Amino acid sequence: MPIPNLDLSRLRDQHRMMWRIRALEEAALRGLDEKIVLGAIHPSIGQEAVAVGVVGNLRRDDILLSTHRGHGHTLAKGANPDAMLCELFGRIGGNCGGKGGSMHIADFSVGMLGANGVVGANIVIAAGAAHAIKLKREDRVVCCIFGDGAINRGPFLEGLNWAQVFGLPVLFVCEDNGFAATTRTATMTAGGGPSVRARAMGLMAEEVDGNDILAVDSMARRLVAEIRAGGGPRFLHAHTYRLTGHTGADPATYRPAAEVAAARALEPIARTAAVLAEAGLSADDLAADRAAAEQEMLTAFLAARAAPFPDPAVAFTDVQDAGAPSLEHV
Amino acid sequence: MAMMTYLDAARAALAEEMRRDPTVWAVGEDLGRGGVFSQYRGLVEEFGPERISDAPISEAAILGAAVGAAMMGTRPVVEMRFSDFALCAVDELVNQAAKARYMFGGQTRVPLVVREPMGMWRSSAAQHSQSLEAWYAHIPGLVVVCPSTPADNKALLKAAIRSDDPVVYLEHKHLWPLEGEVPDGDHVLPFGQAAIVTPGSDLTIVSWSAQVHVCADAVATLARQGVKAELIDLRTLWPWDKETVLASAARTGRLLIVHEAVQAGGFGAEIAATAAEHITARIRRLGAPRAPIGYAPPLEDAVRVQAPAIVAAALGLVNGRQLG
Repeated sequence: MPIPNLDLSRLRDQHRMMWRIRALEEAALRGLDEKIVLGAIHPSIGQEAVAVGVVGNLRRDDILLSTHRGHGHTLAKGANPDAMLCELFGRIGGNCGGKGGSMHIADFSVGMLGANGVVGANIVIAAGAAHAIKLKREDRVVCCIFGDGAINRGPFLEGLNWAQVFGLPVLFVCEDNGFAATTRTATMTAGGGPSVRARAMGLMAEEVDGNDILAVDSMARRLVAEIRAGGGPRFLHAHTYRLTGHTGADPATYRPAAEVAAARALEPIARTAAVLAEAGLSADDLAADRAAAEQEMLTAFLAARAAPFPDPAVAFTDVQDAGAPSLEHV
Repeated sequence: MAMMTYLDAARAALAEEMRRDPTVWAVGEDLGRGGVFSQYRGLVEEFGPERISDAPISEAAILGAAVGAAMMGTRPVVEMRFSDFALCAVDELVNQAAKARYMFGGQTRVPLVVREPMGMWRSSAAQHSQSLEAWYAHIPGLVVVCPSTPADNKALLKAAIRSDDPVVYLEHKHLWPLEGEVPDGDHVLPFGQAAIVTPGSDLTIVSWSAQVHVCADAVATLARQGVKAELIDLRTLWPWDKETVLASAARTGRLLIVHEAVQAGGFGAEIAATAAEHITARIRRLGAPRAPIGYAPPLEDAVRVQAPAIVAAALGLVNGRQLG
């Protein structure tokens, strides 16, 4: 049955963006297979609706902080995939000039203040970014996405408490894929989970099916609006599933095949496509969205693969102004 | 020139910088009541509770929030209360503040100052007395400042607040009441410029923070014995003034480095090694034994580097040279 009041054009854009994220990560995994990506890659395949549904509700001048599993968030915020793949391959033209790689990808020009290699570390930084926005009397919003594993780190408590005490404009998003690296998070987490902990500190918290783009989108839109109106921080617990292993090199054999198959049946892109088809979009149009995304990322992949490595002297730039290193110390 | 305490000099520096630059703000526990040592006394009245901000006892959040706020164009001055407590925020300082500019390829700066009152302060025991400056000097991206006088505490804090680098600013708790002349006006010192406290020709003594004053006592004793020691106050550990230290030690032929911190792995080792690589001199260093700092005065004093030990080490260098 068609969904009433469906914004077909918005959902089509979301479908395209989810395919762009999926194709970007598949290009990254191809880079891993070809040994072009030398470091770790943490794919978010299967989690695209959280990235698109949440980040799509931010303005360009809003701020985003992400995690080691942050390619999708970053692309959704508006980062250029050519630069992202160059960064993953450690090449000139990367967002960070090859200094960061996958886990430190950032694009300050679109308000993306960085993925982070330390679980939960972005939560207190996000609180501080929001603190600065409040001090400057701006109406920007900070969005901080972290995984379910992060709720067992101290900065989760410290950062949520800080944001609530100071009434800061932050949307905390717990992107719950069920696993803290290779450990089932539930087996290592006491109490009622992310939302219960957030509510215990006075934050308004909501839960959503993170593979349902319409649900994530409408929930995030409401929460961002409440925050921008001065309501203080909000918390969103989005349930999803990581279809890959923890890293591109992790076969994830600790999960029963039936569990993964069941999760795959609920993956967000196919669900979105089903809604679009129900609303009348043709199979050709749906296939075209996928093909366009894959072509875009193939082009970006080939360009990044051909890009040169940075000059070794770049290793000594952007360290610090006072007491900066030089080649003489090598 | 005005007579001012080490504590008030820093307070004046912060107030002047906050008047000069509206993006400067301070955050830490108890700041609304002047801070644990009254370093912020009167500031909330002038600047209000947003710019002199209280904080929960959440070191990771205090420092981590400062990283985010610094990346968003403000200049936070973070109060850590005791340098020992800053260890609760090592990730935020070492993995985040120190590395953000580099790992994001220069897209951002992290212009924050972390004030960490350090050092031995009578009977404060093992968790409120440490001197960990060498740890920070080891971390690329950080500036490390250890002022020893009221004048320097004002001029260097101003420099730290204006710096676009994250600065670990280590004030010594024992020096809070120390009085000294402070230049009037907007006096700012560059990082990496040591001070020659006492000129001399027989040996070079390098120190920093409160230990400079203990060294000054030793230098006076040495002078009475006919030994003319040149005392250098390093002021900043990173960057450190290699040129001044190496030129002095090359001239005197004897180099003694003295610090309150544990000797093993202390910054004295870096200075000694650098001197050994570049000049011909007899070199010694003097730091604390590798033991925690005890509470009872005799236990505390057992790990304190005191003037007689400095005199003995200096005489050993001087006499050894004569024998050689």
